[in-house]
Amino acid sequence: MPTPAPFPPLPVEPPSGCPFDPPEGLARLRLEEPLSKVALDDGSWAWLATRYADVRAILGDQRFSSDTSTPGYPVSGMTGGSPRPDAARGFIRMDPPEHTRLRRMVTRDFMVKRVEALRPTLQRLTDELCDEMERVDRSEHPVDLVQALALPLPSLAISLLLGVPYEDHDTFQRLTGTLLSRETGEEDRGPARAELLAYIDGLVRAKVAEPGDDIISRLATEQHARGELTHEDLVAFAVLLLVAGHETTANMIGLSALSLMLDPETAGRLREDPSLVRGAVEELLRFHSIIRNGPRRAALEDVEVGGRLIRKGEGVIVAVPSANRDEDVFPDAGRLDITRPNAQHHVAFGYGIHQCLGQALARAELQIVITTLLRRFPTMRPAVPVEEIPFRTDMVIYGCHALPVTW
Amino acid sequence: MNITVDEAKCCGAGQCVLVAPDVFDQRDEDGIVVLLDATPEAGLHAAVRDAATICPAAAIQVHE
Ligand code: SF4
Repeated sequence: MPTPAPFPPLPVEPPSGCPFDPPEGLARLRLEEPLSKVALDDGSWAWLATRYADVRAILGDQRFSSDTSTPGYPVSGMTGGSPRPDAARGFIRMDPPEHTRLRRMVTRDFMVKRVEALRPTLQRLTDELCDEMERVDRSEHPVDLVQALALPLPSLAISLLLGVPYEDHDTFQRLTGTLLSRETGEEDRGPARAELLAYIDGLVRAKVAEPGDDIISRLATEQHARGELTHEDLVAFAVLLLVAGHETTANMIGLSALSLMLDPETAGRLREDPSLVRGAVEELLRFHSIIRNGPRRAALEDVEVGGRLIRKGEGVIVAVPSANRDEDVFPDAGRLDITRPNAQHHVAFGYGIHQCLGQALARAELQIVITTLLRRFPTMRPAVPVEEIPFRTDMVIYGCHALPVTW
Repeated sequence: MNITVDEAKCCGAGQCVLVAPDVFDQRDEDGIVVLLDATPEAGLHAAVRDAATICPAAAIQVHE
C-alpha cells in the first residue's frame, strides 16, 4: 500500500447545518484554491476543480479523457469506477470516436420531441402513484414519498423505454442500491454487478429472440443485427441506461419535494402559477446538484486550466455542487430562486460531449411530479423533523433514503 | 445574426431545442441538431445566444 498523498481528502460530507448544502469545504476551496489536490483512498491524488468556469473548461475539453483505463484516471473512492477496458464499461467511460458512435445509437430515443410525446404517459403513471398514496389509510401515515413515488416513477419510465418487465423492479433497486453505496465493499460489489449483468444479459437475449417496441429491441434488430454492436455492447448499453435512469431522477424528486415543503412561499407561487415549473426545475437541479463528487477525467496532454498546469497522466475530479454554487455565475447561489434568469446554465447534467443523455426525460418527470404533487397534496409536509430524515451521505448520488410525509 | 451548427460535434442533448424551439430542432433519425432558421428575427436573439452558451458540445456558432 503506497503512503497516502499529503493532501486533504476529497470533501464528501455535507456540512452540519443545511442538508441541501454542498459538501463541507468546497466553498472555501473555490475561493482560496479553485484547483487543488485531494487525496484518494488508495493513496493516489487528483485535482479537484471547484469553480464554474474551470469545471466547464475541463468537461468541454476532449484532452481530458473519460476512459477509466487512461493512466491517471482517478478510479479510487466513490464514483471512480473500476478501470475496465472491456465494452461493459458503457459509453460514458469511453472517448471519441467510440463514444460518439455508441451514444448516437440512442440519442434519438431521448431527444426532446420523443420525451414530449411521452408526457401523457408520464402524467398517467404519476397520477396512478398519487392515487395509491391517497388510498393509504390515515392511520398508516406517514407515507414514505421515496418508496411511494420518487423511486417507482423513474423506474417505470426507464423500464418502459428499455422494455424491462415491471415484475423485475425490486431486483433492480436492490442491485443498483448495492452497487452505488459507499458502504458496499468489493466483496459485495462484484456479485451484485454480476447479478445485474446476468439479468440484463437474459433480457437482451429475450429481446433478440422476440423484439418488442423498446430501445433494447431496436438496438438488437438494427445495430446488433448489422454487426455494429456486439452482444456485450448491447448489455452495457442497457445497464448504463437502466442504472442512470433509476436513482438520479428518484433522488431529485425526493429532494425537490422536500425543499418545496420546507419553503411554503415558493411552493405557493408554483402552485398558483404552474408555468413557473420549467424554471423551477432548472433551479432545483442547480441547487441540489446530486452528483456529489464527479464527474472524473484524466489528462491526455498537459493542459492549462484556470492558470494551473494539469499534466498528462494526472487525474481530475470536478465538483458539480461547487460549480453550481459559484457566486460569480449564480449570485446569492445558496438561495433557491425559482425565477433565477440563468438557472439553466447549471452543470447538474454535466457539460461537454458526455452531458446527460436522459436530461429531457428527467426534466419532464420532475416538472410533472412537482406540478402534480403541489396540486393534489397541497398540505403535504415532512412527518419528522428534518434532522431525522436519513440523507444519502453514504451514496454516490445525494438524496434521501426515505422521506416520511403526511398531509 | 447568422447561426451555424456543427453536426459532427452535437451530442443531441437538446438544450438548444428547449431554449429556442423556433430556431433549433433535432433530427428524427438520430437526435442531431437541425437549424430551422439561420437568421432569426431580433426577438429570438437572446434565446439563441443562451442556447449557444449552454450547448454542451459548443456546436452552435453565432455571428452577430
Ligand atoms: S444543445 Fe448543442 S449538443 Fe445539444 S442538441 Fe443542441 S446543438 Fe446538439
